[in-house]
Amino acid sequence: MTASLIEAKGVAKVLGSGAGKVAALKGVTLSLDGGELTLLMGPSGSGKTTLLSILGCMLTPTEGTIRICGRSTAGAEPEDLALLRRQHVGFVFQSFHLFPTLSATDNVRLALDVRGERFRKAKVRAREALAKVGLAHKTKAFPRQLSGGEQQRVAIARAIVGNPSIILADEPTAALDGENGRAIMEILGGIAREQRRAVLIVTHDPRLLPFADRIVHIEDGRIVREERYGVKQS
Amino acid sequence: MPLVFTLAFRNLFYDRLRLVATIIGIVFSIVLVMIQMGLYFGFGRMVTTMIDHASADLWIMPKGTKCFEDPSLLETRERYRALAIDGVADAIPVVIGFADWRMPTGATTPVFVVGSDLRAGGLQPWNLVEGRIEALSAPKAVAVDRSYFDRLGISGLGATAEIRQQLVRVAAVTDGIRSFTTTPFVFMDVDRARAHTGVPNGKATYFLVRLDPGADRAAVRRQLLSRLSDVEVLTSAEFRERSRTFWLFSTGAGAALFAGALLGIIVGTVIVAQTLYSSTKEHLPEFATLRAIGSSSRYIYAVIVCQALLNAVIGFSIAALVGKAVVQLTAATALPIVITQGLMIGLFALTVAMCIASAIAAIVQVTRIDPAMVFSR
Ligand SMILES: Nc1ncnc2c1ncn2[C@@H]1O[C@H](COP(=O)(O)OP(=O)(O)O)[C@@H](O)[C@H]1O
Ligand SMILES: [Mg+2]
Repeated sequence: MTASLIEAKGVAKVLGSGAGKVAALKGVTLSLDGGELTLLMGPSGSGKTTLLSILGCMLTPTEGTIRICGRSTAGAEPEDLALLRRQHVGFVFQSFHLFPTLSATDNVRLALDVRGERFRKAKVRAREALAKVGLAHKTKAFPRQLSGGEQQRVAIARAIVGNPSIILADEPTAALDGENGRAIMEILGGIAREQRRAVLIVTHDPRLLPFADRIVHIEDGRIVREERYGVKQS
Repeated sequence: MPLVFTLAFRNLFYDRLRLVATIIGIVFSIVLVMIQMGLYFGFGRMVTTMIDHASADLWIMPKGTKCFEDPSLLETRERYRALAIDGVADAIPVVIGFADWRMPTGATTPVFVVGSDLRAGGLQPWNLVEGRIEALSAPKAVAVDRSYFDRLGISGLGATAEIRQQLVRVAAVTDGIRSFTTTPFVFMDVDRARAHTGVPNGKATYFLVRLDPGADRAAVRRQLLSRLSDVEVLTSAEFRERSRTFWLFSTGAGAALFAGALLGIIVGTVIVAQTLYSSTKEHLPEFATLRAIGSSSRYIYAVIVCQALLNAVIGFSIAALVGKAVVQLTAATALPIVITQGLMIGLFALTVAMCIASAIAAIVQVTRIDPAMVFSR
């Protein structure tokens, strides 16, 4: 049995301060393996985003431990966490977060640039990543010239171009219509299964259920249920 | 093009209005500093023109002389004592002093008389455009600068006037010998200068010492100091420095110029800091995204510093053009603004420092961002 790509053990997180203190997570244990697309589902305010942020090394847990590809994040400084993200994690956000002043290629290339890959090859790899998400013909377009679905595909290309073993997406289809949402899910599913990556998608959209290998339900900061399907048809 | 640069460049040009405001701020501030410093250098150069154009290895002057214009007098006998010292080839008397210039119309205006032994050539007028130096040996002959014709109520060569009820005749005309005090210079032979300024025979304001070839200047100076009483002996460089220090600092003129320059620096830094800060604030979500996709903070700082440097380069280039125009416009005035290459380099360094200092304000702000904000937007 291979070790999981991410292992969270007994993770608790308190957010805010003073009277506004909220126990967003209350002891979560979860691991993610390569080759699987996992859906994290739960009502609004249940702690999905907080869990995703902790798994992606954007936040540190108040209690519990996280291991990313075998490395513990205990005692890591912000710069160490940035390094872990660079090496292992790709993010996709609900509102895309593309750079409006950069072309599609440059938006993708940025993920290589922050990794110190600044040569000609970077441009080629950025174009390849765009081709993988079906945007080979829009490499020069700027975000405002792209539809929502296309923008999210650029964001996915940016997340995968650095070859991270973990892809984390927070409501990636929430800003898209049904058809575009399905297209995005198919791309993410393909990334999980063909490239043996761990893909975790936060959603409360039941239409995404058919794309999951595994569904984790969270409520009030605790994992309450888990379902696992066989390897899905693509 | 490296992406850091592209990002910085696009961030900057994304908001044209703010860019223009920033650039105007930098240009104003740098031009202000440039003019203040240019005046400082110009003034520093103006106050030493006479010393620059005198030919002397050493200056003998009354003890306590603060600047060239100081009218204290030396005793006649000191000149003979100086001449008796080994290594001294000559000690040329120079007499200076304020006097009234009475025009044929009867109107008067103050002038500054500069008299020197014309045969020995200690401190003669230069840049002659009409007449010859030799003509100044003729009785009553003086040299004036053509920029002062109106002030002196004359029209050129051959014009006459009176100084201390004694006739003078313009026998030579110079160009560009202007005084920062705005009092016209009148050059003449040393004996007549005494008569026109009421200096007793033999006395002088300075003795310009010329050394014998091969004489040791330091040794001669020591001898002069020990044999002459109540005098100081300075090299031209030392006298220049003393004159400049007096005019710039004892009079407060230099302090005023420096205060103006400092004001320019502060205003500039505040403007650049303010705009860079608000630009960074506006792009904060983008910096959070960069952070989320794993960029180091150094990468983000590089973007901000690059933005600051672009501001600096654009602002400085425009300021330099403005400065060039100002230099040309003031070249022929009584107080030309002098912008040396060193000043230019210093100003560029200042612009960069100003922009980097402003960038730090923006960077402090960025270090406080929470990359998790990418999820809440
Ligand atoms: N920065 C914060 N400060 C205080 N409380 C927060 C903060 N962020 C989220 N919370 C609270 O933590 C809980 C979990 O939030 P979140 O993980 O965003 O939920 P979800 O993504 O499932 O909607 C909520 O009650 C939310 O109000
Ligand atoms: Mg959420």
